[in-house]
Amino acid sequence: MALIELTNIERVFQLGDSTVHALAALNLSINAGEYVAVMGPSGSGKSTLLNLLGLLDRPNSGTYRLEGRDVTTLSPDEQARVRSERIGFVFQSFHLVPRLTAAENIALPMTLAGIPAKERNARVAKALAGFGLENRADHRPDQLSGGQRQRVAIARATIMQPALILADEPTGNLDRHTGEEVVNLLEALNASGVTLVVVTHDQAMGARARRQLVMEDGRLKSDSHVSPPFQGEG
Amino acid sequence: MRLADTLRFARDAATGYPMRTTLSVLAMSIGVAAVVILTALGDGARRYVVGQFSSIGTNLVIVLPGRSGTGGFNPANAITTTPRDLTIDDAGALRRASAVSRLAPLAVGTSEVSFGGRLREVMVAGSTSEFIPIRNFELAQGQGLPDDDWNRGTPVAVIGATIRDEMFGSEPAVGKLIRVGDRRLRVVGVLKSLGQGLGMNTDELIIVPVALAQAMFNSNTLFRILVEAKSREAIPEAKEQVMEILKQRHRGEEDVTVITQDAVLATFDKLLGALTLGVAGIAAISLAVAGILVMNVMLVAVTQRTGEIGLLKALGATARTIRLAFLAEAAMLSTVGAVVGYLLGQLGAFGLRQAFPVFPAYPPDWAVIAGLSTALITGLLFGVMPARRAARLDPVQALMKH
Ligand SMILES: Nc1ncnc2c1ncn2[C@@H]1O[C@H](COP(=O)(O)OP(=O)(O)O)[C@@H](O)[C@H]1O
Ligand SMILES: [Mg+2]
Repeated sequence: MALIELTNIERVFQLGDSTVHALAALNLSINAGEYVAVMGPSGSGKSTLLNLLGLLDRPNSGTYRLEGRDVTTLSPDEQARVRSERIGFVFQSFHLVPRLTAAENIALPMTLAGIPAKERNARVAKALAGFGLENRADHRPDQLSGGQRQRVAIARATIMQPALILADEPTGNLDRHTGEEVVNLLEALNASGVTLVVVTHDQAMGARARRQLVMEDGRLKSDSHVSPPFQGEG
Repeated sequence: MRLADTLRFARDAATGYPMRTTLSVLAMSIGVAAVVILTALGDGARRYVVGQFSSIGTNLVIVLPGRSGTGGFNPANAITTTPRDLTIDDAGALRRASAVSRLAPLAVGTSEVSFGGRLREVMVAGSTSEFIPIRNFELAQGQGLPDDDWNRGTPVAVIGATIRDEMFGSEPAVGKLIRVGDRRLRVVGVLKSLGQGLGMNTDELIIVPVALAQAMFNSNTLFRILVEAKSREAIPEAKEQVMEILKQRHRGEEDVTVITQDAVLATFDKLLGALTLGVAGIAAISLAVAGILVMNVMLVAVTQRTGEIGLLKALGATARTIRLAFLAEAAMLSTVGAVVGYLLGQLGAFGLRQAFPVFPAYPPDWAVIAGLSTALITGLLFGVMPARRAARLDPVQALMKH
């Protein structure tokens, strides 16, 4: 079964008199465990697509099924719950809370979900070890390097064991070498079964994904998917 | 999010921005401190005046010549325009009243006193032997006025402590002859120093028999008659009887005013209580201002942390979680402000009491409770709007502001 099914998605922004079709007539199906790179020029709708997949934004029309359930009609609280339990975000600018330590930042999704401190601490300790951050637990973001910050962000994105990780240009603020490390981490997560959707305009990085989507003017210009294109429900 | 986590999150957020946190805590604490100090002042004034007024006597009923304006228009008074004066015989007649335990007529004037070439102006009170006990004065040396016929002006005097010091220095005063006006009087007693109280300063007072004072001032009227009722309960009865007796003596006219210490005390109490309340109200306005400041600070916080709010939403926070986090922060700011202000206010009141020991500047409990709860309620109330604004932010827009 497809993890993600987008049918006839439209996303329109009104900018004064002009309307911008950030996403237009978009049909897309992504299976569980896939590794998808989204590419295309700036302004082609990549971020809009990712926000939509992450339930941070709603389409003007069309339906979005996540794990078979129509999520566009959910209430804001239900959507928050889906984000909390099923989706992890990785951002270009890390988005760590500056006053919280690395450990607290990693624990934040669990704290918000109301998981008790004891369980949080155990899972954070595991995550810190898994991402090579044991010695950085009590450091604040401004005491961490860019690579370390993004590792904290990835640890945070995975701490709730989501089915889907959405990364919007995760290496955009990193040098080549640390970017490589971060990509390796994300690919390792994908190898363990998590569905990974990465927005990038780095050709080399996009080429590493098993499937590449190329966007242009809010439309899907090409899909390297080997299987036949999405046929609607089913 | 769990309550403990919400509180910790709010605390970290507040301490993460020390400048704006300090500012709003300061504003709130100034408001609460103002309530505490101003009501301490107001209530201190009330206690001081009431205390002073209580000390002039016990169960006093005071008779003044003339009808007071507050009694309403009396046609009888309109015809006989000159009210009858109070006389020593009027005072004597009051001894018949069953509810009266003792009484003292009082005539006052100023004169010159001299002894051994030293000369000074003094206030002279003409009265009887019971004046000193009724007014709760105490003697340092000698004795009071003789208990003889009120119409007999025995040439004796009881003098205040300051006059004694100025006239006699370290010499004994009792038994000496002093000149008051054109009379030579023997000093029979010296009053204990009381300092400046409400009304006359007894340290610079000379007390002489009432008939003598009237002779000196060439008048036969009284300034007041001080009447002491037998008990607190007997005060209204004493007032009634005094009124009735004087009315009879004045051919049926109510041409005197009788006030009771109780009523005056109650009036002062009410007046100064209202003053305290008014002052507290004004101070409470500063609390509202502080509340508005907390709101602005929280609005700035929401703007400053828009990116963070977007992140929290992306990480699965519900609108309620975000609302509570910001509300908790506002509540924290005003709680800390209120507590700091309370301590500052108590410190200020303590300072006032140290500086003016006679002045009982204690904030009343109601003011402290009202001040603290107003601070907390305004803090919460004004925290609601920013918290709702934070919860309503669009996550995509919020995330872009980083
Ligand atoms: N909130 C918005 N308001 C108006 N226009 C927007 C908004 N968000 C995105 N757009 C427009 O939608 C288009 C796609 O944007 P975006 O998805 O951010 O592109 P990309 O991430 O591929 O660079 C762009 O033309 C952009 O200007
Ligand atoms: Mg983008």
